[in-house]
Order: sequence, then C-alpha cells, then structure tokens
Amino acid sequence: MTDFRLAVVSAGVSDPSSTKLLADRATQRVTALARERGHAVTVTTIDLRELLQELPAALSNQLLGPRFTRAVDELLAADAIVAAAPVYKAGASGLFTSFFQVLDNDLLIGKPVILAATAGTARHALVVDEEMRALFAYLRALPVPTSLFASTEDWTDTALGTRIDRAARELVLLMESGFARAVRDDAWGAYQHTYGSGGGTEVDIDLNSDLMRLATGGSLRPDPDEDPFDPRNG
Amino acid sequence: MQFGIMSVSDITRDPVTGHTPSEAERIENIVRIATHAEEVGLDVFAIGEHHNPPFFSSSPTTLLAHIAALTTTLTVTTSTTLITTNDPVRLAEEYAMLQHLAKGRMDLMLGRGNTAPVYPWFGQDIRQGLPLALENYNLLHRLWREDVVDWEGQFRTPLQGFTSTPRPLDDVPPFVWHGSIRTPEIAEQAAFYGNGYFANNIFWPKEHYKRLITFYRQRFEHYGHGSRKQAVIGLGGQAFIAKNSQDAHDQFRPYFNEAPVYGNGPTMEDFEEMTPLSVGSPQEVIDKTLTFREAFGDYQRQLFLIDHAGLPVDMVLNQLDLLGEHVVPVLRAELESRRDPEAPANPPSHADLVKAKYGDQAPRQPRPNANRGDNVTGGSPYQDSESAADSYPTL
Repeated sequence: MTDFRLAVVSAGVSDPSSTKLLADRATQRVTALARERGHAVTVTTIDLRELLQELPAALSNQLLGPRFTRAVDELLAADAIVAAAPVYKAGASGLFTSFFQVLDNDLLIGKPVILAATAGTARHALVVDEEMRALFAYLRALPVPTSLFASTEDWTDTALGTRIDRAARELVLLMESGFARAVRDDAWGAYQHTYGSGGGTEVDIDLNSDLMRLATGGSLRPDPDEDPFDPRNG
Repeated sequence: MQFGIMSVSDITRDPVTGHTPSEAERIENIVRIATHAEEVGLDVFAIGEHHNPPFFSSSPTTLLAHIAALTTTLTVTTSTTLITTNDPVRLAEEYAMLQHLAKGRMDLMLGRGNTAPVYPWFGQDIRQGLPLALENYNLLHRLWREDVVDWEGQFRTPLQGFTSTPRPLDDVPPFVWHGSIRTPEIAEQAAFYGNGYFANNIFWPKEHYKRLITFYRQRFEHYGHGSRKQAVIGLGGQAFIAKNSQDAHDQFRPYFNEAPVYGNGPTMEDFEEMTPLSVGSPQEVIDKTLTFREAFGDYQRQLFLIDHAGLPVDMVLNQLDLLGEHVVPVLRAELESRRDPEAPANPPSHADLVKAKYGDQAPRQPRPNANRGDNVTGGSPYQDSESAADSYPTL
C-alpha cells in the first residue's frame, strides 16, 4: 500500500554487537509486519561507529562531515526510526546521546521511534524509559509505548521476542497513521524552527514578522492608538 | 576589489614556544601588523570588539584612529562592532570622530556578539540580541543622517532633540556592513538600508552562506538600491601560506590543533575540505579563494584571518609578505578580469559617498550655533539650518 522508509540507528561499537542485534531483530519484525499489511519498507542503517571520526567537529563546531550529513538526510526522509544504544555506567552511551544532541531540534518532530537498549545487567533496565525517552520527548519524536531492553539473560527469554513484536506492531501502526507527515503538513509552523534547521530544509523567510518590520526601520513598541492610557496619546 | 585582514584580537599562548604575549606586547604587535598590511599593498585592516580576556580590543575606535594616523591608504574597519551591547548614541559619536580623524578612510561592520555573559555587563540580555541589534541600528542610522533626533524604542532611554556630535565627515555617514551568517533579519536590514553584507566565511561549508547572500542580493534590488549584482558583499576567510603545501601544513598544524575556536575538534585536513580555510602554497590559496566568487558572485571585499591562535608576530608579518607579494596581486588580476561590469569593483569609499550625495558641489560642513545653554529645544543647532532661527526670535 505505502512505501515506508525506516532508519535504523545503532550505537553499538563492538562487532558483533548485541545492540545492533537488538536493532536488527526489531527492524526485521517491523519489515515483516509492514509487508503482511501490504507495505514495502526500505531500510537504511546508520551505524554510529562510522561517524566517530566526524563527531569532534560536529560536537565542537556543528560542522557536519559527509557521513553525518548523509545520516541527517536519512533521518529527514525516514517515516520511522529504530534507535538502539548500549548502556554504559547507568546511561545510554555517549556516542548515542552525542549523535542525537547534534541534530536540529526539529529534525524528528512527530516521527515514530522504537527505543532499544542493551546492557550487561538488568539493573540498567529503566535507562530506556527514564533517559532515552526524555531525549526523544525533547526532540518531539514519538517513541512507541513499548521500550526494548535486553540484558544478558533476556537473549534466551522468549518474552524479549514478544516485546519486540509488540514494539514493531506499534511502530507500524504509527507509520500507517501518517502522523509525522500530517504534523509536517498541518502543524509544522507551530513548532520552533531556526533558519536552516530541519536538516537544512527550513529556509523559508517570513517577511511579515515583527522582527522583519523592525529590520526595515519599524518599531517594536506597541501602537499608541491601540492603548487609550498610553501617555503618548496626550 | 579590496583585500585585507581581520583580527579577533585574541591573546593566545603560542603552542610551539609556550609564550603568551602580554597585553602590552599584543597591542604593540597589532599596530605593526596593521601598518605592515598597508606596506605590502593590502587595502583594509579590521579589528574585532571584545570585553573579556583573553582579548584586548575593547576600544576599537582608539586603536583604529591610531592606525589611521600611521597609514596613508589603508581603510580601517571593524570585525565586528557590537551593535547590541553598545549604546548606539556612543557608536554614532565614536565612529563619526574616527571618520574625521581617518579622513574618511574607515567604515564599520556591525555584529551581535555571542558571548552571553557580556550582555548583562552592559545592562542587556542576549535573549533580546536580535531585536536589540535591529533597533539599535535603526537609531544609529538616523543619528548620522538627522541633525536633531527624537526617538523612542523598546530598549534605550528615549531621545528628545538629541544631536550626535561631531556630525559625520562632510555630513556623509560612514559606510556600514552588517555581519551575519544565519540571520535573515540582518540580511534584510542590510538590504533595506542599502548597506553592505558580510559573511565571516570561516566555520562552515561555503554553501551555508550562499542562501543568505542570495537573499540579501534579492532584497537589495527589491528596495531599489540597484540590481542584485550591485549589492555590496564582503567575505572572510582564513589562510596560511608557505612556499609549498607541505611546509604550510607543518607550520600551521600546531596552531590549528590548539586554536581557541576549533582546536581539538576537526582535523586540519577535514576543516580545509569542509570550510573556506586554505593552508598551502600561494597557488593553492589563490585557487581556493577564487572558488568564493564562483559560489557567491562578484564581491567587493575579502578579509583574511591570519593573526590568531597564538601565531607569533614574525610569522604573521611573514604571512602578510606572502599575501602581498604572491597571492593578492594574482587574485586582484583574476577577479578583475572575471568581474561582471555591472558589479561594483569596490565597496563605496568616502569619496564615492560624497560624490553620490553632492555631485560636484562642495560638501556641507556643519558649524554649530553659539552655545545657548539649551541645545535640546527648537530646531537644528547648526548655522545652516533655518528652523533654529525660527525658534529663537531675537529681541
């Protein structure tokens, strides 16, 4: 029915990586479920390890290298995202958070996201909901209700498969709803943008703003005619 | 086409020798650098404005007046003058004074300043930075064009019957550039007033600056100041030159790696590839600089940043020699041969502006009336204004 684009962001750095494995399992379920419902899915993988060399410039100067730029373009084009991080020291890895902190605030508005994390111990289980979810709330993305978390023991537990299935189904339903596109079409102007944000797509210039009137010799002061008590009405 | 250098006035430890210049040393050296710029045939020297260590340039007009006195052809300017935290009344007064002392060999570039703590030191708030910049310039513009100004705005104490003195040289205001890299309102203001637009062209791929420059050109034409091609554009850039590419890289690398703004971030090679930085032989610097014109169209002023990041003064003077001998003459010839005849060759000089205002007539030379103890009521305080006589009938 529809051709969806899915961007898979993985911050796993080992090879093989359990984080990438979890992202892949979620991606496979999303693809399979979408196909069952008659959609095609194009998957792009953004392996954050490959962006490591460009990260210093991005963090220090907002200077995005070619790989970073490609990643931004993929996220912009994506209908949905799978975002997976390893948990280090009770938080999503620095690479993962750094990547999303560099992005424009308005790049991911309304996009459905499966949040996934892996860890060596179940004691990290709430990192997805308490930390990663907050980051995506700030970005005004739309994380699905079911978060994915896998520590060592989960890999042999069928319950993980059930959760993956549930999260995948939620993501497909949200993609089908067309929410992100509807937001972009109907409510985009109600979100804050800066010139050149949205991955370089926000380049419309509103010549009718108060600031533009000020730029062209106008005043920010309210018109005295509108206020009967303004002393300037003498 | 004008070529020059711009300094941010940082006092930075030399990462090779470990030497940090004293303020006295660095201030003395900047004067040597500026005067040498004229000696090697450059046209412009620009100084930044900062109000916190490790920078020295809190009083750009004092420095520039001194440099103007030591030179004969150099145009002195700023990169940038803070239009947010400075009172526009003081800017009108100080820069008009500089204009007189420099005999018109000056202009200025306005910028907002992005150091948040500086704003409250001057009673301002960085969150209001953009409206402050816009409103302050609106006032500055009038202060230089109207003898007596009544004015009321959002940020500054209102003015009643205020005269900014001295009036600009020949009653022709200094040419103004608006510096901006991501703010359409600033480009719009530059276009509205027919002023120049400057993109620092340092940190990002040049494509980043292209959109706003195109917008400025369109709006310049829209407001009737001339065609798009006649819009006045300046660009920054940074270069490090040596006889051959490898030497340039070897010499500049330690300074790049620890430079205050981008040090410890991108590699020098990545920065060269992604931004307008050129490190290399004269020919490499020439080739890269020529790409600016291809991207932005004909422009009128090119300023290079060459004295930052702890580079020792002898090396900076040597960079000026190389620029003046091997780079700028070639760029002048190349750019002039490629220039669209419709595009101006240079930004307007004081002489151009005088001619535009008066033609062949003698310029106005304002002479104040005798002090009447009250210069705030009535008309103009200048002798050539009739309204002054009207408001004070003689007995």
